[in-house]
Parts: sequence; structure tokens; C-alpha cells
Amino acid sequence: MRARVLVRPKAGILDPQGIAVERALPALGFEGVSNVHVGRLIELDVEDPSRLDEMCRLLLANPLIEDYEVLGTTSSGAAA
Amino acid sequence: MIFGVVQFPGSCDDEDALRACARVGDARLLWHGSGELGDVDAIVVPGGFSYGDYLRCGAIARFSPAMEAVTGFAAKGGPVLGICNGFQVLCEAGLLPGALLNNTGVRFVCRQVVCEVVDVDNPFTHALAEGERLSLPIKHTTGRYYAPAEQLAEMEAHGQVVLRYAEDSNPNGSVNDIAGVRNRQGNVLGLMPHLEHAVEPLHGSEDGLKVLQSLAESLVGA
Repeated sequence: MRARVLVRPKAGILDPQGIAVERALPALGFEGVSNVHVGRLIELDVEDPSRLDEMCRLLLANPLIEDYEVLGTTSSGAAA
Repeated sequence: MIFGVVQFPGSCDDEDALRACARVGDARLLWHGSGELGDVDAIVVPGGFSYGDYLRCGAIARFSPAMEAVTGFAAKGGPVLGICNGFQVLCEAGLLPGALLNNTGVRFVCRQVVCEVVDVDNPFTHALAEGERLSLPIKHTTGRYYAPAEQLAEMEAHGQVVLRYAEDSNPNGSVNDIAGVRNRQGNVLGLMPHLEHAVEPLHGSEDGLKVLQSLAESLVGA
């Protein structure tokens, strides 16, 4: 299975990367943008998707500072 | 006493840490791929970019055979010192509470800082005075210490904050100006400042030596 895992900074924790991006956008003429947060997307082929949560807790995310979400799985080979 | 300095692919302060430890006792490198620590009396997890710092700083290093052995060593009360990337590794490994986040200024910070010793109830600072100030260099992008408010209050109550950046000099946005923390038992210390770069007159400060000497003294006295 092809899986996608979204990892984001936990709400309430200062996200300076998000702030930097948010400040950069108006400078390019993109007004009206707020609440920018930068996370990461991890794509992986897994034989047993039921173990994804465990993978997230142990390695892919640090639950103390990050929220994670399994965005769904598709059969391998399909465009993810 | 014998210091063991863990060497990961991507470590870059391992040799400096080795030299610093060698000023106080015997010191040897421990390769990350081996779970054998030998007869070392203390472990140093040095700075650098273990495993390229991929995913998160320290996230992959914590699963190395050497770190599994270090976890066992710490559980038996063995002293473990994590510097910069080593601090990040120890947090990821759960040997220390909290986590290190990217600096508030989103920039690499490299400069000399003054830290205040706020806890001496541990082998690393027991020979220092409470309130003593240390001049140490920092060089990091991911040094903003964070712990959830409840955990932080508990840590403060148990004296687990060992080093704080001097007033108005917090370089990275660390909560409560924290530069270094220890576990509840006191045998694991992590700090962002590079004490191994402050051990010779040429460094401009030898304050880092005080921490290593304190540790050595406590082991001899044990």
C-alpha cells in the first residue's frame, strides 16, 4: 500500500518557519494570508498499514511537538 | 576514569569532545554501530549532525545500537552527557524530557554565551557554585528548548533545569531561558552550549572543563 503521512507542528507551539513564510508572502503581493504552518509530508509503501500509527509515534513524528495524520492509503503503483 | 564518546555518521564534535575528556581522564570513541560500551565510566553524546539530522535532529540516531546500550547504561545510573546534537538525541531517546525546536529567529546562531548554573545537585555541576556563570560557545539552528507547561513546572520543581542563559541573552527562544536540563535522577545531562570548545586558553574560556572535572570528581568519590 502507498501511504501518506502528514506531520505538523503542534498547535500552540511557536512555528517560526510558518511565521517567516507568512511574512514573505505579502512582500510578493499576496495579501490576506494568515496562520501559515510548515510541516512535512512523508510518502511510503507499506505492507501492513495497520502499523502506520506505531511508525508515526516511534519515528516519523515526535508526538511531544508534532501532530501527525495518516492521509489515507492507496494501492502501490497508483499515483499518490 | 574513562569517558566514552559516541561517534555517529555526521558527528562533527566527537574529536573535540574526546580531546576535552582526555584532559580530565582517559577517553575513547565508541562507534554507533556497536552496542558494546566496554568499561567506560561515563558517556558523552557529542554535537554534529547525526545521520544527517534527517527527519528530525536526533530522531534516527536514537535507534542506533550504541544508543540502545547508552539507554541501558543510563538506567543503571551511569552518567551520560549530551552536547548540542547529543542533547537532541537524548531528548528523542526519552532519556531527557522535552524537545529541541528550531530557533525563534530561524537562523543558525554561533556565538559565545553566558550561562548560569542553577542546579548543583548532580555529578556534572556539583563542584560548581549555584549562580556561577560559565562562558561557553553555542552553534546551532535547532536549540529552542521546549517542554509542555505541566512537565516544565514539574522539572523546575525538581531542580532539573541545570543551566540557564543569562538574563536578556536567550539566543534561541528556549522556554524559561533553558540551556541545559537533567533527568530526575541527575545522571543524564543535556545542554546546547559546547563545553568541549571551552577547555583551553586558546578557546578564550576554560569553563567547560569545570563540568568534566566535576563529573570526574564525583565518580572518584563514588
